[in-house]
Amino acid sequence: MWGIMRQRAVDGGLAASSLRRTRSALVSARSYAAGSKEMTVRDALNSAIDEEMSADPKVFVMGEEVGQYQGAYKITKGLLEKYGPERVYDTPITEAGFTGIGVGAAYAGLKPVVEFMTFNFSMQAIDHIINSAAKSNYMSAGQINVPIVFRGPNGAAAGVGAQHSQCYAAWYASVPGLKVLAPYSAEDARGLLKAAIRDPDPVVFLENELLYGESFPISEEALDSSFCLPIGKAKIEREGKDVTIVTFSKMVGFALKAAEKLAEEGISAEVINLRSIRPLDRATINASVRKTSRLVTVEEGFPQHGVCAEICASVVEESFSYLDAPVERIAGADVPMPYAANLERLALPQVEDIVRAAKRACYRSK
Amino acid sequence: MALSRLSLRSNSFLKPLAATALPTSIRRHVSTDTTPITIETAVPFTSHLCEAPSRSVETSSEEILAFFRDMARMRRMEIAADSLYKAKLIRGFCHLYDGQEALAVGMEAAITRKDAIITSYRDHCTFLGRGGELVDAFSELMGRKRGCSNGKGGSMHFYKKDASFYGGHGIVGAQIPLGCGLAFAQKYSKEENVTFTLYGDGAANQGQLFEALNIAALWDLPAILVCENNHYGMGTATWRSAKSPAYFKRGDYVPGLKVDGMDALAVKQACKFAKEHALKNGPIILEMDTYRYHGHSMSDPGSTYRTRDEISGVRQVRDPIERVRKLLLSHDIATEKELKDMEKEVRKEVDDAVAQAKESPVPEPSELFTNMYVKDCGVESFGADRKELKVTLP
Repeated sequence: MWGIMRQRAVDGGLAASSLRRTRSALVSARSYAAGSKEMTVRDALNSAIDEEMSADPKVFVMGEEVGQYQGAYKITKGLLEKYGPERVYDTPITEAGFTGIGVGAAYAGLKPVVEFMTFNFSMQAIDHIINSAAKSNYMSAGQINVPIVFRGPNGAAAGVGAQHSQCYAAWYASVPGLKVLAPYSAEDARGLLKAAIRDPDPVVFLENELLYGESFPISEEALDSSFCLPIGKAKIEREGKDVTIVTFSKMVGFALKAAEKLAEEGISAEVINLRSIRPLDRATINASVRKTSRLVTVEEGFPQHGVCAEICASVVEESFSYLDAPVERIAGADVPMPYAANLERLALPQVEDIVRAAKRACYRSK
Repeated sequence: MALSRLSLRSNSFLKPLAATALPTSIRRHVSTDTTPITIETAVPFTSHLCEAPSRSVETSSEEILAFFRDMARMRRMEIAADSLYKAKLIRGFCHLYDGQEALAVGMEAAITRKDAIITSYRDHCTFLGRGGELVDAFSELMGRKRGCSNGKGGSMHFYKKDASFYGGHGIVGAQIPLGCGLAFAQKYSKEENVTFTLYGDGAANQGQLFEALNIAALWDLPAILVCENNHYGMGTATWRSAKSPAYFKRGDYVPGLKVDGMDALAVKQACKFAKEHALKNGPIILEMDTYRYHGHSMSDPGSTYRTRDEISGVRQVRDPIERVRKLLLSHDIATEKELKDMEKEVRKEVDDAVAQAKESPVPEPSELFTNMYVKDCGVESFGADRKELKVTLP
């Protein structure tokens, strides 16, 4: 099967990088079919929203510049033309107001897809995300569920400075009542967003601006309008036996590159793409660490109280006797994001950081 | 400098001007005269809950010339920034102010450096107006350590505390309560100073504006809220974002004034009026009717939500620099050639500053960890690999 996939990939004339991706394809039940089609994350998100709006008239889109402007990052391109102003709403620049309105609409049974131009602006609306959306089902003993999706770019972009670069995964994922998803590939983007829109609970959907333009191979199955990925399941992007690298979003790409470099040095790394931050797939993570005995966690956000901290705690609690080395955390630097390019590079995880941490876990010197 | 080589006219030669131009038989050299001249604004003020100031603005040749030079410098800076962004020497976001220069210079003419200004991310020209240097601006934009924030802030985060300029804010509307806070401190410390809080039509609907304004009005804070209405909040025109786009009236119980923001003299008059009001009666809103030639930022072409005809129309009829040029020519304060020479000098100033900034070094890696706190407590901070880079904060 592996040989057939490779052959098909060659016949499809894929570029070297996507060939590498298919080479490191998963071996789980849902494997890629002949992947000669490619799709950008942007198109994947756009098609997911389009299909869910088509399938369910209760789904509507709301946010700044989502309609006439075609979306600040073009994720909602074409939707206003296709569905009209009663399904796609351009809002004023007032996050607290329109997020509250979105949550209220969800209380009444509609299915809003609320866009934050970046998740930094969601801080203006965080009371509604947490107190009005996340906790409602619980407080009302199940009477009021909130089928809303909050989506938008999260984390660092390129040179956008301290107020526009924060990663909110750890903040939102700490809140019971929320579901928090973070796609990496185009297939992740389609499957997870469709699942999020169909989900009856509030979902925080953390995209990444720098991934929007990246192309990934996509299977026929993933292109089908019924395609959905399960919420709460991580994906093993690359199998390995020496060390487990767990991460999400853009860092998955970095981890895969690190795994390539480690392979050249005889270290076989298993790369896990979380896909879901909350619920966190502790089972997959721990099963992997029980196999490899070593853990490297990677995230872009601030290190203290981060997603990696929770993963490390889970592994130390549940798989302590399987560990052969201390757990490793690679995260954003513990500083507000500087603007200068050289400082920004130091403030974010790089492939060499992941490689170094993996080698440390394998007791290999530099 | 060309100016110093020209002879200065003595006061006796000058006659106080009425609104009419001087007879063209009197030819002047470029004047640095401070004799008062009175100019009528082209557009009257519209007021809400107050009596509008007079349309007759007291100024002088020197002041109008300074307007011209300062606005020309701001304009050239923004155009240079456009090129630098396209050359990828400026990264991230870059929000340009060209078209809105009259606001920055008119305001400065009415206030002191003890009065505070706080604004949004469209802050390059405001920084210059507060006495910021071109080379510090370009260095900051290019992420060099010579920058006004040592390269750590970027385009949206210029500051100049010694001139009471409090930045440079990235989150729409956040600067409004902050500005009211500056006014609070001024009143608390019994200073006779005021704060100008600048925000756009996009921010005008933010809830925090109304919350802060309510408190400012209750406590009589010397806060002047200045809505720079350039008619578009990113790609959204005012009619699509505001049920009531009469921003000067949105303060409801707070007085307001609508001002031709492309007329530096009108801006000066309004700010002078507002300062006097705020010191006696608390907050006031100034709505400046202005326009930005560029899109919202360098990532926005600025032409998908407005026509090119509209943009060129404003440039032809309302450009703030052309306005002042016509004034200088019609009042015989300078000749066309003198003004063109001044523009050439400004261009060279800007080019030199860009060249200097390009040569200046990037920040040291150790700067990653500086200015976290004023007072460390032996706090540790970490790089991306916490076992590789761990620092006790300086």
